[in-house]
Amino acid sequence: MSGVGLDPKTAPTFPMAAKAMLGDTQLRKNVRHATDVIQGKRARVVGEMPDWQELREAGRQIRQHTMKYLDFYLEEFEANCTRAGGVVHWARDAEEARGIVVGLVKASGSDEVIKIKSMTTEEIELNTALEAAGIHAFETDLAELIIQLGEDRPSHIVVPALHKNRQQIREIFQRKMNLPELGERPEDLADAARMFLREKFLRVKTAVSGANFLIAETGGVCVVESEGNGRMCLTLPETLITIAGIDKVLPRFQDLEVMLQLLPRSATGERMNPYNSIWTGVDAADGPRVFHVVLMDNARTEILADEEARQTLNCIRCGACQNACPVYRQTGGHAYGSVYAGPIGAILTPQLQEMQHAQSLPYASSLCGACYEVCPVKINIPEVLIHLRNRVVRQNTAGVAGFFDVEAGAMKAMAMIFRSERRFRAVQRLGRVAEGPLVHKDGQGEGWIRWLPGLLGGWTQVRDLREMPKETFRDWWERRGDNGN
Amino acid sequence: MATDTVTNSTRDEVLRRIRAATGGTSDGGVAKAGWEGIARDYRRKGTREREGVLALLEDRLRDYDARVVRVAGGRVAQSVAEMLAERGVRRMVVPVGLPVAWLPAAAGAGGVEFVVDEGLSSGDLDDFDGVMTGATLAIAETGTFVLQSVAGQGRRAATLVPDYHLCVVRAEDVVETVPESMAQLQRTAGLATTFVSGPSATADIEMTRIKGVHGPRFLDVILIV
Ligand code: SF4
Repeated sequence: MSGVGLDPKTAPTFPMAAKAMLGDTQLRKNVRHATDVIQGKRARVVGEMPDWQELREAGRQIRQHTMKYLDFYLEEFEANCTRAGGVVHWARDAEEARGIVVGLVKASGSDEVIKIKSMTTEEIELNTALEAAGIHAFETDLAELIIQLGEDRPSHIVVPALHKNRQQIREIFQRKMNLPELGERPEDLADAARMFLREKFLRVKTAVSGANFLIAETGGVCVVESEGNGRMCLTLPETLITIAGIDKVLPRFQDLEVMLQLLPRSATGERMNPYNSIWTGVDAADGPRVFHVVLMDNARTEILADEEARQTLNCIRCGACQNACPVYRQTGGHAYGSVYAGPIGAILTPQLQEMQHAQSLPYASSLCGACYEVCPVKINIPEVLIHLRNRVVRQNTAGVAGFFDVEAGAMKAMAMIFRSERRFRAVQRLGRVAEGPLVHKDGQGEGWIRWLPGLLGGWTQVRDLREMPKETFRDWWERRGDNGN
Repeated sequence: MATDTVTNSTRDEVLRRIRAATGGTSDGGVAKAGWEGIARDYRRKGTREREGVLALLEDRLRDYDARVVRVAGGRVAQSVAEMLAERGVRRMVVPVGLPVAWLPAAAGAGGVEFVVDEGLSSGDLDDFDGVMTGATLAIAETGTFVLQSVAGQGRRAATLVPDYHLCVVRAEDVVETVPESMAQLQRTAGLATTFVSGPSATADIEMTRIKGVHGPRFLDVILIV
């Protein structure tokens, strides 16, 4: 079936993975630092826009409108792109998309490709497919290069290597680029990457990119980036293959005026990112001679069909929701078991997976609403999360979902207990006796429960519980009354 | 061809799924009317007077560590010569169609060699110290200038491979907001277009901004007033 290519089917469930990540203090420190910095910058540049809310609303309406008429805009894009000399391909799922790209690279006569950072190619695990076909892919975005050389996985949509600090990056570069003398200043590391990749840019004849936007009106493609590696890949090779989800289309060129204000400020906290490239088909005197676009479904039409979850497709992949999410900030991206982490990953991944896998992800949120606040196109992520939780519960009675049914059952029992004072007191007394063997004292002499038995186990799977007080407020109040003080 | 058949049936299948999801085939007229109805209550036009717009552009560019100078039309060549001397560059590539009056030959080039890009290879471009171009327009609010594949601005590769970029912008081509820039670019929307905001940069290592990973590391702007 469709949503294939992502990792979560083999990844551990979120609660299990998160637990492991919480033990990695270095990772948590790195993630917290990076997300703090981006959030600070974002707040500053968003604050200087008097019309931010109006831009968000326009962004939301443009995306919503596009999804409603998606067939029309995709056909318009195809016609205009073809007229300008591009070749448009369609792929139902990840496997078809990989097959098309591998075929096109082979047809270009190259056994190497240079790649621009693209979450879509991560989603379909393109690099593995290329390697299997004897084609070596060089990631050219600095963060993706760190991930590739470190044999790691991306942990953020915009800053995929934010979980690594400079010492860790230096160690990877020393080893993989054979540079034992390499310093650890960020400048040294960037210089090493520049030297390492320059030769590839000038030599490799085929490039693979993703797309930030496809413009139906002109058949143009827009890629937004910082380092110039994107421009290198789009400009220098003879063949360029762009792969994009069918959700990436924008109706008109003018719509970029909204997206190019919303995206950079939300993603990296810059007024504009250093480079935006827009190109339409091929130009005899400038850039590649051969240009292909692969339009990929990979479960996006299933999301489109679910009216309550459809807004997931409005996402412009800015990553702001990840930086704002208290859960993501604690666990980092890898716990989500998917290239799409954080709040957007929690709603996108299960849908790309047809709910077969990653069913714990809709629960990986405290529903605090921070993601909705920052989303530049106003995707109501908490609303979609709750909708997906309902779907999980409805569609399944076994496995992970069964466990959450139990949580729902436990909540019902709690409600029953809270409604009666007698029952509430009885449970409190019982609890104090029963918890005894489970309590561990921490360094400050506070008691914590890390594990609860039976049906209550789900609660402590993701959090520690404070030991119950020796005396309840009610008990104290009554005793105080009795003593007459 | 066999692959064409496969592609066509895939295309039809994807479009069929979309239509099943959205409730039928879209009517182009209805789609266009719907697009017209999108609320656009954001700022379309800037509010600053001319001097304010230019000052804003300068401020934003400096924020990106670009150097900016204002010169009168007749003094561009002189100013170029000074900039290049300060930067210590020796070999500059220039696009076909760059105004000759901007080149400091007459004003004394200080030994800088200018080579016109008539299809130089990427390897050749790598041997230059810098590139000098004009621009279609600049956006004050974001500190951006826009390059297109036209005379005087050249091929995208030429403004990318050398380590230094000197861009000459006319004050009358400076707009305040992003929507104003898009309105102007609409006529030539099909050309290869690059928005440049400061030198190339990355923040991938501990969120520390580092200039010039792959594109030009140094950027100067001459504003003709
Ligand atoms: S859901 Fe919104 S905030 Fe999150 S990545 Fe997508 S566009 Fe950005």
